[in-house]
Amino acid sequence: MEGKISTSGTAPEDRRSFLGVLLSLGSICMGALLSVPLLRFTLFPLLRRTTELKASSLGPLTDFSSLSEPVARTIQVEQVDGWRKMISEQTIYVTRNTRGELQALSSICPHLGCTVPWVSGKKEFICPCHGAIYSPEGSRISGPSLRGMDRLETSTQDGQLMVRFQYFRQLVADQEVMG
Amino acid sequence: MDKSNRPSPHNLQTGFRGWLNRRTGIDALLRTALDEPIPGGARLAYIFGSGLLFIFLSQIITGVFLALYYVPSADHAHTTVAYITKSVTAGSFLRSLHAYGASAMVIVLLLHLSQTYLFGAYKGRRELLWLSGCVLFGLVLAMAFTGYLLPWDQRAYFATAVGTNAVGEIPWIGESLTRLMRGGTQMGTLTISRFFVAHVFLIPACIFALIGSHVFLFRKAGAAGPVTENPYKPEQKSEPFYPRQILMDLSLTALLIVGLGILCFLVPMPLGPAANAADPQYIPRPEWYYLPIFQWLKYWHGAASVVGILIIPMVLALAVLAVPFLDRSIERRPWKRPVAMGAYAFVLFALVGLGLRSQYQDQHDPGVVQQLAKQKMEEEEYMRKPFEPELSSASLAAANVALADPEAAKGETIFKAQSCNACHGDGGVGTAAAPALVGISAKFSSDRIAMLLHHPTVKMTAGGMPAVNLPADDLKALIAYLESLK
Repeated sequence: MEGKISTSGTAPEDRRSFLGVLLSLGSICMGALLSVPLLRFTLFPLLRRTTELKASSLGPLTDFSSLSEPVARTIQVEQVDGWRKMISEQTIYVTRNTRGELQALSSICPHLGCTVPWVSGKKEFICPCHGAIYSPEGSRISGPSLRGMDRLETSTQDGQLMVRFQYFRQLVADQEVMG
Repeated sequence: MDKSNRPSPHNLQTGFRGWLNRRTGIDALLRTALDEPIPGGARLAYIFGSGLLFIFLSQIITGVFLALYYVPSADHAHTTVAYITKSVTAGSFLRSLHAYGASAMVIVLLLHLSQTYLFGAYKGRRELLWLSGCVLFGLVLAMAFTGYLLPWDQRAYFATAVGTNAVGEIPWIGESLTRLMRGGTQMGTLTISRFFVAHVFLIPACIFALIGSHVFLFRKAGAAGPVTENPYKPEQKSEPFYPRQILMDLSLTALLIVGLGILCFLVPMPLGPAANAADPQYIPRPEWYYLPIFQWLKYWHGAASVVGILIIPMVLALAVLAVPFLDRSIERRPWKRPVAMGAYAFVLFALVGLGLRSQYQDQHDPGVVQQLAKQKMEEEEYMRKPFEPELSSASLAAANVALADPEAAKGETIFKAQSCNACHGDGGVGTAAAPALVGISAKFSSDRIAMLLHHPTVKMTAGGMPAVNLPADDLKALIAYLESLK
């Protein structure tokens, strides 16, 4: 009796296991369907496009008409972090590029993020943290930075020089927007 | 002899199923679970217990996902719930599922309680099963109460203020209980923290434990079956739980999924404006399942309140808990249990009557009608507004410095432009690289600070401090800022 495999229960067993497969498939489909909103809910901060940062005013264009060396201007940048926003102040340098056009430079050192001061005695930007040196146009002269100072998008509006502030990736050779 | 190695239909199973079964014994487990014998066969009347399990699971899942964005503090609770409902994809839907799910839970709970009571399924050595069920009932109501506060809008705040106040009417220990629940004499951020911990950790832990014992006790005693069945020794033919009862249970699950889904999609749960404790006109109303208690409390004031708030509810609770001890007869047919049925009808009509009476009173008091309508309108108006991010307090500090002293504000800009903050920290709080500058005005005069900036000491230079050479105006501003650091 021990070795004998009972055959009397196979027909209902087959029906039950077929139903079992059906129920499992149904549950998996149901689960997959219900998990779509859950997944989109979780991935929301990754999938949503970052909002366009508004341009901030650096002052009237006339302020910069006789620019001989870089000047520092402070702008207020609004950053949205999830459900809160922070207003931080950023220092922007207004200078002329090699073609003589006005440009805006971010004061955040592209090496490791310190604020780069303009040293007018030496006519250079010298970063106090690790000694990166940049020309008055913002190009790299020497030091550990892999690129020159980051150029920001400028525009004019009602006679004002506008700049659009962005954060750029540190420690790389190309200027890439972060986030 | 080791039985597991003898050839048998189970051990000879091929494939993955056989591999898994020889290591876990899962087939035997599944058979025990699914072949639960139901005397008298599967019935639709029995679906509510597993319906509760399904809703509980749904609440856990939606709750965990809501916690990805929710912050339980008085500062941020409302903002984060607004963020969920207005910004996050499917946020409004998931939050509505959770909120309406709570009401669904109470409805199915009342159905389950009614069915087991009416069928006399507490008889036949099922006293502990009934008791664990009653405790679970209380825990579910506690979940609803603690969860209600968490959005911290007007409705949540005031309903909880009233609820915790009502607890205070209990003689002797009432006031301490209120303070314990609130984390103080008043409602505040500590209240949210406690309610959140209770709602997410403490009460669910108890619920898990009790569900475990409830299911265990149920299987130990066996399903009671129809009212014609002997509660001690089932005599009618049994049918296994799987497949027919499972299919009936699933029909309720499907109904709940579709019903809740449609409801949440068409009528999302609203969020009102943030709690304003100073509003003297707000009229709070609890959720529908608490309305009978709300109405009942209106009748008991002063010296008599101990009767209405403590004695009568306690007697009622004890009576409910003691049902299987009070009713020892083997008779389960409702038409042969006039006392039990009478008691049920009485309690049911009393609760429904109280609830309806409170609605009637609200609808016939013009002052109340007007204020409730105003509150509803404010809620709708708030829901229409787009999400507004909360201004971080760190930003306000920056704004404050600018307003106070323009010289110090200019100095702050220089402090940052020269990267002083890189080593001395934002606001001069100090880092591992350099000491804090806060309070420096107490140690050095302005002239001394100017000297130190021009000619740092040997110690300073060794630490990496460079000489600071600035135009006179800038230096003055920088020193003004340093001196403002307190």
